[in-house]
Amino acid sequence: MSEHQEQEMEGGLSRRQFVSAGAAVAVGAVLAPGVFLHSVAQARSPAEGASNYQRWGLLIDTNKCRTGCDDCVSACKKENGWGNEQVRDEQKVQWIRKVDLKEHHTGREVSLPMMCQHCAEPPCVDVCPTGASFKRADGIVLVDKHICIGCRYCMMACPYKARSFVHEDVIHGDAYMPRGKGTVESCTLCVHRVDKGQNPACVESCKEKAMTFGDLNDPKSEIAQRVSQYATRQIRADLKLNPGVRYEGI
Amino acid sequence: MTAQHALRAFLTLVLAGWVTASAVAEVAHPVIPKGKGERCVADTSVMRRNHMQLLKHQRDETMHNGIRTERFSLVGCMNCHAYVNSQPVSIKDERHFCNVCHQYAAVKIDCFECHASTPQPVSAAVAPEAHP
Repeated sequence: MSEHQEQEMEGGLSRRQFVSAGAAVAVGAVLAPGVFLHSVAQARSPAEGASNYQRWGLLIDTNKCRTGCDDCVSACKKENGWGNEQVRDEQKVQWIRKVDLKEHHTGREVSLPMMCQHCAEPPCVDVCPTGASFKRADGIVLVDKHICIGCRYCMMACPYKARSFVHEDVIHGDAYMPRGKGTVESCTLCVHRVDKGQNPACVESCKEKAMTFGDLNDPKSEIAQRVSQYATRQIRADLKLNPGVRYEGI
Repeated sequence: MTAQHALRAFLTLVLAGWVTASAVAEVAHPVIPKGKGERCVADTSVMRRNHMQLLKHQRDETMHNGIRTERFSLVGCMNCHAYVNSQPVSIKDERHFCNVCHQYAAVKIDCFECHASTPQPVSAAVAPEAHP
């Protein structure tokens, strides 16, 4: 949303607040008092699919993120089983990486984790010729490796360099995150954990509590409250991709 | 039916019978290892004919819609079937449940180029906790 639009909405309810308020009233009339749709949706049963009532997002506080710490990267490697490939440096798999920034005028240095930004308008999905690159109803951008032909258009389209190609055979370990040679892969926001109601591995591993995971559509969630109160930024917001990953302090 | 058609049908039958007989004679019938559980998620006749459709349907439901029911999940299959004499085996083993029939029928499967072919711990991940 542009600044201009945001100013226009100041004072009144935003569209999202308006819609969720309407939903709360509608559901409140049906269910018992105090039971609202978003609390039901969070404890999803395995038979219930992902829905667009939710939009999963990640908020990263770069003020807390330590330079030189890569706990989130190690946790991701362990959870999803990447990083042990015997390949050239140029072909290294990278679901998440640490990026260090320095502002030359002031000398201020910040460190931040960079991964798939789970855009609302993902360019990787636009360019995919087979439909393998797709966005789930709850905003998580994934690769269906059954359909991926390994053309790597999505890797070229992604402005965040978030995706990797598997060049060599993989030793498969985890049954919940299968990986295969000849397909593209990237951060899944630990979708297998999210579906069970858990946090992504990187969020769990951060000792500084610099990462907050949650539902951006749920006004009661910590992430939604923080993005509504504090200044946060989407990286390359100028591209108007509306990423679900936001950063504080940059 | 003309005489020519009748002759062709007869020859086809004879040939098919001969091929089947020779195949049976040469290749041993697969020895299917018994699953760990009491019974399969569906009747054997249904599973034998339709397991590929069931798995593919489940695959798309899980991948695209996040539906993670256990009944037809591949992990569920492996947790019950990937045993020989109560010992877990991988697809590299000729006696693996999937291997015995697929080798007999000469149908190559590529599921296990990515997916694990061995039984998996119920959940290696930490205990569930609520989202913030």
